Amino acid sequence: MTSQAPVSPAPAVRVEHLTVVRGRTRAVDDVSFELGAGTLVGLLGPSGCGKTTLMRSLVGTQVVSLGTVSLLGEPAGSPRLRDRVGYVTQVPSVYGDLTVQENLSYFATILGASAEAVEHVLADVDLCDHAASMVGRLSGGERARVSLATALLGSPSLLVLDEPTVGLDPLLRRSLWSLFHRLAVAGTTLLVSSHVMDEAERCERLLLMRDGRILADTTPAGLLSSTASGDFESAFVALIGSDVPGKRGSPAAGEERP
Amino acid sequence: MNWRRTRATAGRVLLQLRHDPRTVALLVAVPAVLMGLLAWILRGRDHDFNTFGPQLLGIFPLIVMFLVTSVATLRERTGGTLERLLTMPMGKADFVLGYAIAFGMAAIIQALVVSGLCFGPYGMTVRGEAWLVVVVAVLDALLGTALGLSVSALATTEFQAVQFMPAIILPQLLLCGIIVPRSELPTVLHWISYLLPMSYAVDATQQLSTHAAVTSQFLMDVVVVGGFLVAALALGTTTLRRRTP
Repeated sequence: MTSQAPVSPAPAVRVEHLTVVRGRTRAVDDVSFELGAGTLVGLLGPSGCGKTTLMRSLVGTQVVSLGTVSLLGEPAGSPRLRDRVGYVTQVPSVYGDLTVQENLSYFATILGASAEAVEHVLADVDLCDHAASMVGRLSGGERARVSLATALLGSPSLLVLDEPTVGLDPLLRRSLWSLFHRLAVAGTTLLVSSHVMDEAERCERLLLMRDGRILADTTPAGLLSSTASGDFESAFVALIGSDVPGKRGSPAAGEERP
Repeated sequence: MNWRRTRATAGRVLLQLRHDPRTVALLVAVPAVLMGLLAWILRGRDHDFNTFGPQLLGIFPLIVMFLVTSVATLRERTGGTLERLLTMPMGKADFVLGYAIAFGMAAIIQALVVSGLCFGPYGMTVRGEAWLVVVVAVLDALLGTALGLSVSALATTEFQAVQFMPAIILPQLLLCGIIVPRSELPTVLHWISYLLPMSYAVDATQQLSTHAAVTSQFLMDVVVVGGFLVAALALGTTTLRRRTP
Protein backbone atom coordinates (compact mmCIF):
# COMPACT_ATOMS: atom_id res chain seq x y z
CA MET A 1 0.00 0.00 0.00
CA THR A 2 1.25 3.44 -0.75
CA SER A 3 1.47 5.92 2.04
CA GLN A 4 -1.05 8.69 2.29
CA ALA A 5 -0.53 12.41 2.68
CA PRO A 6 1.70 13.44 5.60
CA VAL A 7 0.21 13.30 9.08
CA SER A 8 -2.31 16.10 9.33
CA PRO A 9 -2.79 18.13 12.50
CA ALA A 10 -6.41 17.01 12.80
CA PRO A 11 -6.86 13.56 14.35
CA ALA A 12 -7.92 10.82 11.97
CA VAL A 13 -11.00 10.12 14.07
CA ARG A 14 -12.74 12.37 16.56
CA VAL A 15 -15.80 11.07 18.39
CA GLU A 16 -17.60 13.38 20.83
CA HIS A 17 -20.41 12.25 23.13
CA LEU A 18 -21.66 9.71 20.61
CA THR A 19 -24.91 8.05 21.60
CA VAL A 20 -26.82 5.58 19.47
CA VAL A 21 -30.21 4.39 20.63
CA ARG A 22 -31.46 1.30 18.85
CA GLY A 23 -34.94 0.28 19.84
CA ARG A 24 -35.08 0.72 23.62
CA THR A 25 -31.38 0.22 24.28
CA ARG A 26 -28.39 2.51 24.16
CA ALA A 27 -26.09 0.51 21.89
CA VAL A 28 -23.48 3.27 22.20
CA ASP A 29 -23.69 5.45 25.30
CA ASP A 30 -21.90 8.82 25.42
CA VAL A 31 -18.62 7.68 23.87
CA SER A 32 -15.79 10.12 23.18
CA PHE A 33 -12.26 9.46 21.89
CA GLU A 34 -9.73 10.55 19.32
CA LEU A 35 -7.42 8.48 17.13
CA GLY A 36 -4.19 9.93 15.77
CA ALA A 37 -3.22 9.31 12.17
CA GLY A 38 -1.17 6.17 11.52
CA THR A 39 -2.15 4.35 14.70
CA LEU A 40 -3.32 0.76 15.07
CA VAL A 41 -6.10 0.70 17.62
CA GLY A 42 -7.92 -2.35 18.94
CA LEU A 43 -11.59 -2.10 19.88
CA LEU A 44 -12.18 -4.97 22.27
CA GLY A 45 -15.16 -6.16 24.17
CA PRO A 46 -17.62 -9.02 24.45
CA SER A 47 -20.14 -9.78 21.71
CA GLY A 48 -23.07 -7.40 21.83
CA CYS A 49 -21.21 -4.61 23.64
CA GLY A 50 -21.76 -2.10 20.83
CA LYS A 51 -18.55 -2.45 18.81
CA THR A 52 -20.31 -2.89 15.49
CA THR A 53 -22.73 -0.02 16.12
CA LEU A 54 -19.80 2.24 17.02
CA MET A 55 -17.97 1.24 13.83
CA ARG A 56 -21.08 1.77 11.71
CA SER A 57 -21.39 5.24 13.21
CA LEU A 58 -17.81 5.98 12.15
CA VAL A 59 -18.33 4.94 8.54
CA GLY A 60 -21.63 6.80 8.38
CA THR A 61 -24.04 3.93 7.82
CA GLN A 62 -25.62 4.22 11.28
CA VAL A 63 -28.28 6.75 12.20
CA VAL A 64 -26.87 8.31 15.39
CA SER A 65 -28.94 9.85 18.15
CA LEU A 66 -26.53 12.34 19.69
CA GLY A 67 -22.96 13.51 19.43
CA THR A 68 -20.60 14.12 16.55
CA VAL A 69 -18.20 11.94 14.61
CA SER A 70 -15.60 13.36 12.27
CA LEU A 71 -13.05 11.48 10.19
CA LEU A 72 -10.05 13.11 8.52
CA GLY A 73 -11.61 16.50 9.27
CA GLU A 74 -14.95 15.69 7.64
CA PRO A 75 -18.24 14.72 9.28
CA ALA A 76 -18.87 10.95 9.18
CA GLY A 77 -20.77 9.90 6.06
CA SER A 78 -19.61 12.88 4.01
CA PRO A 79 -19.34 12.10 0.26
CA ARG A 80 -15.70 13.25 0.34
CA LEU A 81 -14.86 10.33 2.66
CA ARG A 82 -16.22 7.61 0.41
CA ASP A 83 -12.92 6.77 -1.25
CA ARG A 84 -10.80 7.50 1.84
CA VAL A 85 -12.41 5.20 4.41
CA GLY A 86 -12.40 1.41 4.06
CA TYR A 87 -14.92 -0.63 6.02
CA VAL A 88 -15.09 -4.37 6.49
CA THR A 89 -18.25 -5.77 8.03
CA GLN A 90 -18.28 -8.82 10.25
CA VAL A 91 -20.10 -10.91 7.66
CA PRO A 92 -18.09 -10.85 4.41
CA SER A 93 -19.97 -8.55 2.03
CA VAL A 94 -18.78 -9.70 -1.38
CA TYR A 95 -20.57 -11.49 -4.23
CA GLY A 96 -20.60 -15.25 -3.75
CA ASP A 97 -21.51 -15.84 -7.39
CA LEU A 98 -18.43 -14.08 -8.79
CA THR A 99 -14.77 -15.08 -8.67
CA VAL A 100 -12.33 -13.36 -6.33
CA GLN A 101 -10.81 -11.47 -9.26
CA GLU A 102 -14.22 -10.38 -10.61
CA ASN A 103 -15.29 -9.11 -7.20
CA LEU A 104 -12.14 -7.07 -6.75
CA SER A 105 -12.17 -5.71 -10.31
CA TYR A 106 -15.74 -4.51 -9.87
CA PHE A 107 -15.10 -2.77 -6.55
CA ALA A 108 -11.85 -1.33 -7.95
CA THR A 109 -13.82 0.30 -10.78
CA ILE A 110 -16.29 1.76 -8.31
CA LEU A 111 -13.43 3.14 -6.19
CA GLY A 112 -11.45 4.31 -9.21
CA ALA A 113 -8.54 2.05 -8.24
CA SER A 114 -6.18 0.58 -10.83
CA ALA A 115 -5.82 -3.00 -12.05
CA GLU A 116 -2.46 -3.14 -10.27
CA ALA A 117 -4.24 -2.37 -7.02
CA VAL A 118 -6.20 -5.62 -7.47
CA GLU A 119 -2.97 -7.64 -7.80
CA HIS A 120 -1.52 -5.78 -4.86
CA VAL A 121 -4.36 -6.47 -2.42
CA LEU A 122 -4.58 -10.10 -3.56
CA ALA A 123 -0.97 -10.50 -2.46
CA ASP A 124 -1.64 -8.55 0.77
CA VAL A 125 -4.26 -11.04 1.92
CA ASP A 126 -2.46 -14.05 0.43
CA LEU A 127 -5.18 -15.01 -2.06
CA CYS A 128 -3.23 -14.95 -5.34
CA ASP A 129 -3.79 -18.69 -5.79
CA HIS A 130 -7.55 -18.25 -5.45
CA ALA A 131 -8.03 -15.34 -7.86
CA ALA A 132 -10.09 -17.48 -10.26
CA SER A 133 -12.12 -19.27 -7.57
CA MET A 134 -15.79 -18.54 -7.01
CA VAL A 135 -16.16 -16.71 -3.71
CA GLY A 136 -19.16 -18.85 -2.76
CA ARG A 137 -16.98 -21.96 -2.82
CA LEU A 138 -14.24 -20.55 -0.60
CA SER A 139 -13.91 -21.29 3.11
CA GLY A 140 -15.23 -18.77 5.63
CA GLY A 141 -11.75 -17.44 6.37
CA GLU A 142 -10.93 -17.02 2.69
CA ARG A 143 -14.17 -15.18 2.07
CA ALA A 144 -13.38 -12.85 4.97
CA ARG A 145 -10.05 -12.08 3.33
CA VAL A 146 -11.74 -11.24 0.01
CA SER A 147 -13.90 -8.80 1.93
CA LEU A 148 -10.80 -7.33 3.59
CA ALA A 149 -8.99 -7.07 0.24
CA THR A 150 -11.93 -5.08 -1.12
CA ALA A 151 -11.55 -2.51 1.64
CA LEU A 152 -7.82 -2.17 0.92
CA LEU A 153 -8.38 -1.45 -2.79
CA GLY A 154 -8.48 2.32 -2.76
CA SER A 155 -5.53 2.71 -0.34
CA PRO A 156 -7.82 4.33 2.23
CA SER A 157 -6.44 6.66 4.92
CA LEU A 158 -8.67 5.05 7.53
CA LEU A 159 -9.63 1.40 7.84
CA VAL A 160 -12.47 0.27 10.05
CA LEU A 161 -12.31 -3.51 10.39
CA ASP A 162 -15.02 -5.41 12.25
CA GLU A 163 -13.58 -8.68 13.58
CA PRO A 164 -11.38 -9.31 10.51
CA THR A 165 -9.43 -12.17 12.09
CA VAL A 166 -12.25 -14.19 13.63
CA GLY A 167 -12.26 -17.77 12.43
CA LEU A 168 -8.79 -17.61 10.92
CA ASP A 169 -6.02 -20.02 11.81
CA PRO A 170 -3.13 -18.69 13.95
CA LEU A 171 -0.70 -18.40 11.05
CA LEU A 172 -3.09 -16.34 8.93
CA ARG A 173 -4.03 -14.21 11.89
CA ARG A 174 -0.38 -13.45 12.46
CA SER A 175 0.16 -12.52 8.81
CA LEU A 176 -2.89 -10.23 8.80
CA TRP A 177 -1.75 -8.44 11.96
CA SER A 178 1.65 -7.88 10.39
CA LEU A 179 -0.17 -6.45 7.35
CA PHE A 180 -2.09 -4.11 9.68
CA HIS A 181 1.20 -2.98 11.23
CA ARG A 182 2.72 -2.33 7.80
CA LEU A 183 -0.31 -0.25 6.84
CA ALA A 184 -0.09 1.76 10.08
CA VAL A 185 3.61 2.43 9.53
CA ALA A 186 2.71 3.69 6.04
CA GLY A 187 0.33 6.21 7.62
CA THR A 188 -3.03 4.41 7.57
CA THR A 189 -5.15 4.64 10.71
CA LEU A 190 -6.72 1.32 11.67
CA LEU A 191 -9.51 0.56 14.10
CA VAL A 192 -9.78 -3.21 14.46
CA SER A 193 -12.43 -4.86 16.60
CA SER A 194 -12.26 -8.26 18.20
CA HIS A 195 -13.92 -10.19 20.98
CA VAL A 196 -10.80 -12.32 21.41
CA MET A 197 -8.92 -10.55 24.18
CA ASP A 198 -5.59 -12.11 23.23
CA GLU A 199 -5.54 -9.95 20.13
CA ALA A 200 -5.00 -6.95 22.43
CA GLU A 201 -1.25 -7.48 22.52
CA ARG A 202 -0.97 -6.82 18.79
CA CYS A 203 -2.38 -3.27 19.03
CA GLU A 204 -0.66 -0.01 19.88
CA ARG A 205 -3.67 1.26 21.74
CA LEU A 206 -6.77 -0.36 23.19
CA LEU A 207 -10.33 0.78 23.58
CA LEU A 208 -12.17 -1.64 25.83
CA MET A 209 -15.91 -1.57 25.47
CA ARG A 210 -18.74 -2.94 27.52
CA ASP A 211 -22.48 -2.22 27.50
CA GLY A 212 -22.06 0.59 24.99
CA ARG A 213 -19.43 2.46 26.96
CA ILE A 214 -15.64 2.71 26.77
CA LEU A 215 -14.34 1.06 29.96
CA ALA A 216 -10.70 1.86 29.33
CA ASP A 217 -8.56 3.72 26.82
CA THR A 218 -5.09 2.34 27.33
CA THR A 219 -2.14 0.43 25.89
CA PRO A 220 -1.56 -3.35 26.12
CA ALA A 221 1.21 -2.85 28.71
CA GLY A 222 -0.86 -0.31 30.61
CA LEU A 223 -3.82 -2.70 30.77
CA LEU A 224 -1.74 -5.54 32.18
CA SER A 225 0.03 -3.40 34.77
CA SER A 226 -3.04 -1.49 35.95
CA THR A 227 -4.93 -4.72 36.56
CA ALA A 228 -1.87 -6.68 37.73
CA SER A 229 -2.81 -9.46 35.32
CA GLY A 230 -0.67 -11.90 33.40
CA ASP A 231 -2.91 -12.18 30.37
CA PHE A 232 -5.46 -10.01 28.62
CA GLU A 233 -8.48 -12.13 29.34
CA SER A 234 -8.06 -11.94 33.10
CA ALA A 235 -7.15 -8.25 32.75
CA PHE A 236 -10.49 -7.62 31.09
CA VAL A 237 -12.34 -9.62 33.74
CA ALA A 238 -10.55 -7.63 36.46
CA LEU A 239 -11.50 -4.40 34.71
CA ILE A 240 -15.16 -5.37 34.57
CA GLY A 241 -15.03 -6.25 38.26
CA SER A 242 -13.82 -2.75 39.12
CA ASP A 243 -16.55 -1.16 37.00
CA VAL A 244 -19.63 -0.56 39.11
CA PRO A 245 -22.53 -1.84 36.98
CA GLY A 246 -25.19 0.68 36.14
CA LYS A 247 -23.31 3.67 37.62
CA ARG A 248 -24.26 5.67 34.54
CA GLY A 249 -27.84 4.55 34.77
CA SER A 250 -27.76 2.96 31.37
CA PRO A 251 -29.57 -0.26 30.56
CA ALA A 252 -27.81 -3.10 28.79
CA ALA A 253 -26.41 -2.31 25.37
CA GLY A 254 -28.15 -3.41 22.22
CA GLU A 255 -27.34 -6.43 20.22
CA GLU A 256 -24.61 -6.37 17.68
CA ARG A 257 -25.79 -5.89 14.14
CA PRO A 258 -25.21 -8.66 11.66
CA MET B 1 -24.75 9.63 -12.07
CA ASN B 2 -21.48 8.31 -13.40
CA TRP B 3 -21.35 6.26 -16.59
CA ARG B 4 -18.22 4.28 -15.61
CA ARG B 5 -19.83 3.04 -12.38
CA THR B 6 -23.18 2.38 -14.06
CA ARG B 7 -21.49 0.35 -16.79
CA ALA B 8 -19.37 -1.55 -14.27
CA THR B 9 -22.51 -2.42 -12.28
CA ALA B 10 -24.38 -3.58 -15.40
CA GLY B 11 -21.35 -5.66 -16.39
CA ARG B 12 -21.11 -7.16 -12.93
CA VAL B 13 -24.80 -8.16 -12.90
CA LEU B 14 -24.45 -9.74 -16.36
CA LEU B 15 -21.36 -11.61 -15.16
CA GLN B 16 -23.37 -12.97 -12.22
CA LEU B 17 -26.03 -14.12 -14.68
CA ARG B 18 -23.37 -15.78 -16.83
CA HIS B 19 -22.14 -17.74 -13.81
CA ASP B 20 -25.70 -18.97 -13.31
CA PRO B 21 -26.69 -20.63 -16.62
CA ARG B 22 -29.71 -22.29 -15.08
CA THR B 23 -31.30 -18.93 -14.28
CA VAL B 24 -30.61 -17.71 -17.82
CA ALA B 25 -32.13 -20.88 -19.26
CA LEU B 26 -35.22 -20.42 -17.09
CA LEU B 27 -35.49 -16.74 -18.06
CA VAL B 28 -35.80 -17.70 -21.72
CA ALA B 29 -37.38 -21.16 -21.50
CA VAL B 30 -40.26 -20.39 -19.12
CA PRO B 31 -41.96 -17.73 -21.28
CA ALA B 32 -41.11 -19.71 -24.43
CA VAL B 33 -42.79 -22.87 -23.09
CA LEU B 34 -45.76 -20.92 -21.70
CA MET B 35 -46.39 -19.28 -25.07
CA GLY B 36 -46.12 -22.69 -26.74
CA LEU B 37 -48.64 -24.05 -24.27
CA LEU B 38 -50.98 -21.17 -25.00
CA ALA B 39 -50.66 -21.74 -28.76
CA TRP B 40 -51.44 -25.41 -28.23
CA ILE B 41 -54.47 -24.71 -26.00
CA LEU B 42 -55.90 -22.35 -28.58
CA ARG B 43 -55.05 -24.54 -31.61
CA GLY B 44 -57.80 -24.59 -34.19
CA ARG B 45 -59.04 -21.23 -32.94
CA ASP B 46 -56.47 -19.20 -34.84
CA HIS B 47 -58.09 -15.93 -34.05
CA ASP B 48 -57.80 -16.44 -30.30
CA PHE B 49 -54.06 -17.07 -30.25
CA ASN B 50 -53.61 -13.97 -32.36
CA THR B 51 -55.59 -12.04 -29.73
CA PHE B 52 -54.18 -13.49 -26.52
CA GLY B 53 -50.67 -14.28 -27.78
CA PRO B 54 -49.38 -10.71 -28.22
CA GLN B 55 -50.95 -9.61 -24.92
CA LEU B 56 -49.31 -12.36 -22.91
CA LEU B 57 -46.07 -11.92 -24.83
CA GLY B 58 -45.82 -8.61 -22.96
CA ILE B 59 -46.96 -9.90 -19.60
CA PHE B 60 -44.86 -13.03 -19.09
CA PRO B 61 -41.51 -11.18 -19.32
CA LEU B 62 -42.84 -8.50 -16.94
CA ILE B 63 -43.64 -11.14 -14.31
CA VAL B 64 -40.37 -13.05 -14.75
CA MET B 65 -38.23 -9.91 -14.59
CA PHE B 66 -40.15 -8.58 -11.59
CA LEU B 67 -39.33 -11.74 -9.64
CA VAL B 68 -35.70 -11.98 -10.71
CA THR B 69 -34.97 -8.34 -9.96
CA SER B 70 -36.69 -8.17 -6.60
CA VAL B 71 -34.81 -11.25 -5.37
CA ALA B 72 -31.47 -10.05 -6.81
CA THR B 73 -31.79 -6.64 -5.17
CA LEU B 74 -32.92 -8.14 -1.90
CA ARG B 75 -29.80 -10.32 -1.93
CA GLU B 76 -27.69 -7.17 -2.24
CA ARG B 77 -29.50 -5.65 0.72
CA THR B 78 -29.29 -8.66 3.03
CA GLY B 79 -25.78 -9.71 1.92
CA GLY B 80 -24.28 -6.35 2.88
CA THR B 81 -22.95 -5.62 -0.61
CA LEU B 82 -25.42 -2.77 -1.13
CA GLU B 83 -24.35 -1.15 2.14
CA ARG B 84 -20.71 -1.58 1.16
CA LEU B 85 -21.32 -0.01 -2.27
CA LEU B 86 -23.10 2.94 -0.67
CA THR B 87 -20.11 3.62 1.62
CA MET B 88 -18.07 3.85 -1.60
CA PRO B 89 -18.29 6.62 -4.21
CA MET B 90 -21.31 4.92 -5.76
CA GLY B 91 -24.35 6.92 -6.84
CA LYS B 92 -27.76 5.48 -6.07
CA ALA B 93 -28.77 6.09 -9.68
CA ASP B 94 -25.64 4.24 -10.86
CA PHE B 95 -26.80 1.20 -8.94
CA VAL B 96 -30.40 1.29 -10.18
CA LEU B 97 -29.49 2.04 -13.80
CA GLY B 98 -26.80 -0.63 -13.76
CA TYR B 99 -29.43 -3.19 -12.84
CA ALA B 100 -31.90 -1.81 -15.39
CA ILE B 101 -29.32 -2.02 -18.19
CA ALA B 102 -28.20 -5.56 -17.30
CA PHE B 103 -31.71 -6.97 -16.99
CA GLY B 104 -32.81 -4.91 -19.99
CA MET B 105 -30.21 -6.75 -22.08
CA ALA B 106 -31.42 -10.08 -20.70
CA ALA B 107 -34.96 -8.95 -21.59
CA ILE B 108 -33.96 -8.22 -25.18
CA ILE B 109 -32.61 -11.76 -25.62
CA GLN B 110 -35.70 -13.18 -23.94
CA ALA B 111 -38.07 -11.14 -26.11
CA LEU B 112 -36.23 -12.04 -29.33
CA VAL B 113 -36.30 -15.77 -28.62
CA VAL B 114 -39.89 -15.88 -27.41
CA SER B 115 -41.34 -13.70 -30.14
CA GLY B 116 -39.24 -15.55 -32.73
CA LEU B 117 -40.97 -18.75 -31.60
CA CYS B 118 -44.40 -17.09 -31.56
CA PHE B 119 -44.17 -15.57 -35.01
CA GLY B 120 -42.44 -18.70 -36.36
CA PRO B 121 -43.41 -22.22 -35.23
CA TYR B 122 -46.34 -21.12 -33.03
CA GLY B 123 -47.90 -19.33 -36.01
CA MET B 124 -48.88 -16.04 -34.39
CA THR B 125 -49.72 -13.12 -36.68
CA VAL B 126 -50.49 -9.48 -36.02
CA ARG B 127 -51.83 -6.82 -38.37
CA GLY B 128 -49.21 -4.28 -37.27
CA GLU B 129 -45.44 -4.50 -37.31
CA ALA B 130 -44.07 -7.64 -35.61
CA TRP B 131 -40.90 -5.87 -34.46
CA LEU B 132 -42.98 -3.39 -32.49
CA VAL B 133 -44.38 -6.34 -30.52
CA VAL B 134 -40.78 -7.18 -29.59
CA VAL B 135 -40.18 -3.56 -28.54
CA VAL B 136 -43.25 -3.59 -26.31
CA ALA B 137 -42.18 -6.94 -24.79
CA VAL B 138 -38.76 -5.47 -23.91
CA LEU B 139 -40.37 -2.34 -22.49
CA ASP B 140 -42.68 -4.49 -20.35
CA ALA B 141 -39.75 -6.58 -19.11
CA LEU B 142 -37.93 -3.36 -18.17
CA LEU B 143 -41.03 -2.20 -16.33
CA GLY B 144 -40.99 -5.49 -14.43
CA THR B 145 -37.33 -4.88 -13.52
CA ALA B 146 -38.07 -1.34 -12.33
CA LEU B 147 -41.08 -2.43 -10.26
CA GLY B 148 -39.03 -5.25 -8.75
CA LEU B 149 -36.27 -2.82 -7.80
CA SER B 150 -38.59 -0.47 -5.95
CA VAL B 151 -40.65 -3.20 -4.31
CA SER B 152 -37.61 -5.05 -2.96
CA ALA B 153 -37.18 -2.22 -0.44
CA LEU B 154 -40.45 -3.27 1.21
CA ALA B 155 -39.29 -6.85 1.72
CA THR B 156 -36.84 -8.01 4.35
CA THR B 157 -36.76 -11.71 3.39
CA GLU B 158 -36.90 -13.70 0.17
CA PHE B 159 -40.24 -15.16 1.28
CA GLN B 160 -41.72 -11.68 1.42
CA ALA B 161 -40.14 -10.60 -1.87
CA VAL B 162 -41.64 -13.55 -3.73
CA GLN B 163 -45.10 -12.78 -2.34
CA PHE B 164 -45.02 -9.25 -3.68
CA MET B 165 -45.42 -10.78 -7.12
CA PRO B 166 -49.04 -11.91 -6.55
CA ALA B 167 -49.68 -8.75 -4.52
CA ILE B 168 -48.44 -6.26 -7.14
CA ILE B 169 -48.82 -8.13 -10.44
CA LEU B 170 -51.95 -10.28 -10.18
CA PRO B 171 -54.41 -7.41 -9.52
CA GLN B 172 -53.06 -5.72 -12.65
CA LEU B 173 -53.52 -8.95 -14.58
CA LEU B 174 -57.18 -9.10 -13.51
CA LEU B 175 -57.85 -5.48 -14.45
CA CYS B 176 -55.72 -5.07 -17.59
CA GLY B 177 -58.45 -6.16 -20.00
CA ILE B 178 -57.44 -9.73 -20.79
CA ILE B 179 -60.22 -11.36 -18.77
CA VAL B 180 -62.90 -8.72 -19.26
CA PRO B 181 -62.38 -5.79 -21.66
CA ARG B 182 -61.59 -2.74 -19.54
CA SER B 183 -64.55 -0.76 -20.89
CA GLU B 184 -66.89 -3.47 -19.56
CA LEU B 185 -65.46 -3.43 -16.03
CA PRO B 186 -67.53 -1.99 -13.16
CA THR B 187 -67.02 1.79 -13.16
CA VAL B 188 -64.75 1.99 -10.11
CA LEU B 189 -62.55 -0.84 -11.39
CA HIS B 190 -62.44 0.81 -14.80
CA TRP B 191 -61.08 4.00 -13.20
CA ILE B 192 -58.55 2.01 -11.18
CA SER B 193 -57.37 0.23 -14.33
CA TYR B 194 -56.26 3.61 -15.70
CA LEU B 195 -53.74 3.87 -12.84
CA LEU B 196 -52.10 0.52 -13.53
CA PRO B 197 -49.18 0.24 -15.96
CA MET B 198 -50.15 -3.21 -17.23
CA SER B 199 -53.38 -1.82 -18.71
CA TYR B 200 -51.30 0.28 -21.11
CA ALA B 201 -48.82 -2.52 -21.79
CA VAL B 202 -51.64 -4.84 -22.84
CA ASP B 203 -53.45 -2.17 -24.81
CA ALA B 204 -50.28 -1.44 -26.78
CA THR B 205 -50.08 -5.04 -28.04
CA GLN B 206 -53.83 -5.05 -28.70
CA GLN B 207 -53.37 -2.01 -30.93
CA LEU B 208 -50.65 -3.84 -32.82
CA SER B 209 -52.71 -6.96 -33.33
CA THR B 210 -55.78 -5.12 -34.60
CA HIS B 211 -54.36 -2.20 -36.61
CA ALA B 212 -52.01 -2.39 -39.57
CA ALA B 213 -50.75 1.16 -39.07
CA VAL B 214 -49.25 2.60 -35.90
CA THR B 215 -52.12 4.27 -34.06
CA SER B 216 -51.85 7.34 -31.88
CA GLN B 217 -53.29 5.27 -29.04
CA PHE B 218 -50.40 2.82 -29.42
CA LEU B 219 -47.92 5.69 -29.17
CA MET B 220 -49.67 7.04 -26.10
CA ASP B 221 -49.61 3.55 -24.51
CA VAL B 222 -45.88 3.29 -25.11
CA VAL B 223 -45.27 6.75 -23.64
CA VAL B 224 -47.32 5.92 -20.54
CA VAL B 225 -45.50 2.59 -20.01
CA GLY B 226 -42.21 4.48 -20.43
CA GLY B 227 -43.39 7.03 -17.87
CA PHE B 228 -44.23 4.29 -15.36
CA LEU B 229 -40.82 2.78 -16.05
CA VAL B 230 -38.98 6.02 -15.28
CA ALA B 231 -41.14 6.66 -12.21
CA ALA B 232 -40.51 3.16 -10.85
CA LEU B 233 -36.76 3.54 -11.39
CA ALA B 234 -36.81 6.89 -9.60
CA LEU B 235 -38.79 5.33 -6.76
CA GLY B 236 -36.26 2.48 -6.63
CA THR B 237 -33.48 5.04 -6.26
CA THR B 238 -35.17 6.75 -3.32
CA THR B 239 -35.52 3.45 -1.45
CA LEU B 240 -31.73 3.03 -1.22
CA ARG B 241 -30.48 4.32 2.12
CA ARG B 242 -26.89 5.13 2.97
CA ARG B 243 -27.74 5.43 6.66
CA THR B 244 -29.94 2.92 8.48
CA PRO B 245 -31.12 2.74 12.11
